[in-house]
Amino acid sequence: MEVLLSIITMGVMGFLFSLGLVIAYRKLRVYEDPKIEQVAKILPQANCGACGYAGCRAFAEAVVKGETTPSSCPVSDAEGVKQIAEILGVSAADVVKKVARLHCRGTHEAAKNSGTYIGISTCDAAHLIGGNKQCSYGCLHFGDCARACLFDAIYMNEEGLPAVIEDKCTACGKCVEACPRNLFELHPVSQGIIVFCRSKDRGPVSRKVCKNACIACGICSRACPEAIVIENNLAKITNYKKIDPEKIPEIEKCPTGAIGRLKKEDER
Amino acid sequence: MELVAIFISAILINNFVLYYFLGICPFLGVSKKIDSAFSMGLAVTFVMTITAVVSWVINHWILIPHELDYLKIVSFILVIASLVQLVEMFIRKISPPLYQALGIYLPLITTNCAIMGLALLAALRDYGFAETVIFGFGSGLGFTLAIIIMAAIREQLDLADVPAPLKGPAIALIVAGIMALAFMGFVGMIK
Repeated sequence: MEVLLSIITMGVMGFLFSLGLVIAYRKLRVYEDPKIEQVAKILPQANCGACGYAGCRAFAEAVVKGETTPSSCPVSDAEGVKQIAEILGVSAADVVKKVARLHCRGTHEAAKNSGTYIGISTCDAAHLIGGNKQCSYGCLHFGDCARACLFDAIYMNEEGLPAVIEDKCTACGKCVEACPRNLFELHPVSQGIIVFCRSKDRGPVSRKVCKNACIACGICSRACPEAIVIENNLAKITNYKKIDPEKIPEIEKCPTGAIGRLKKEDER
Repeated sequence: MELVAIFISAILINNFVLYYFLGICPFLGVSKKIDSAFSMGLAVTFVMTITAVVSWVINHWILIPHELDYLKIVSFILVIASLVQLVEMFIRKISPPLYQALGIYLPLITTNCAIMGLALLAALRDYGFAETVIFGFGSGLGFTLAIIIMAAIREQLDLADVPAPLKGPAIALIVAGIMALAFMGFVGMIK
């Protein structure tokens, strides 16, 4: 008898509570697209914010809503983008893999010091007082970019410059933000010719402070005038697509090596 | 007067976290930011108060008249689990960011021993209805107080120079211990 009573009591109570929950669920239900969860799983979960959303979860919501495209996540590899596109039933626009490139070749040896810097060893701090290099545009060698990189894709090489490991770089743009001198830029990985200098000093001045600086001699712009101009004492590539591959040897005649193709040691 | 004594003692003297050491899991888990700590405190307070009410009703109207005392624990679990589900749905509807911030600790209120302890303690001490409600509400406030103080200290700790081996959970546990010691000072406030 007592067994029966306890069974009935628990049964009735359980039923009543579940009834309450069912009613509450009807009223309070939040419909969430199951696709959001699926997309969020594929995303890298780095929450780096490079896509412009508050994190991977927010990006997943935006993608499912159609506010943005799967390929807007620069960190996802092609495979991930394809999977997301499959979930959503849209075609994956071809993503060009981008990597960060340093626009400076002011190695320890090439760029002259202006003095000995003994302050806080970050680029930010050194930049505040003008840096320890005579060149006021070049790399400060303290590696803020390497510390900012979430993917260990940047390390400081023996010449003192940050080297980007292409395979690890996801073009999230953290290093672009971190560099107080704005020396990083994101380029398509196949990008051939790059100007490795940001110095706006006049030719003789920049040559004096750094062996590898652009001296605005104009050899490159004469070789390929439709794509390269000299502006503010600095070679500037106005349209990367117009660079004629046949003219690359011409361009690489640059006396200081401030413009050209990436050398192997820059990336490794 | 009796009610006031129960209320004060539930908040300060017999604080669930710092005196009984119940509910340590959310106390350490959600005390990194004051905002989410406060919300967690409110959620726990709500669940505690309603649990106290419902469990008293079940205990005194169903279990005791039918001499089913041995069903106390299992039926209290039923109450708590349902209530937490309710709160979870509610928070998810009202504030998705808060839902994300509370994360796993929200459903974990279900298995939070502080709530269970509250229901069992109230039954054990043979509290009347009003006393039980006050006890539940006060205990919830006590939990909120403890978790907010903890969160405030931990926010400051982020800026402090903590020795490397003590970083993270270690220093949090030490802080919790010192807080518990401090709260022991309230014992004797009410005879």
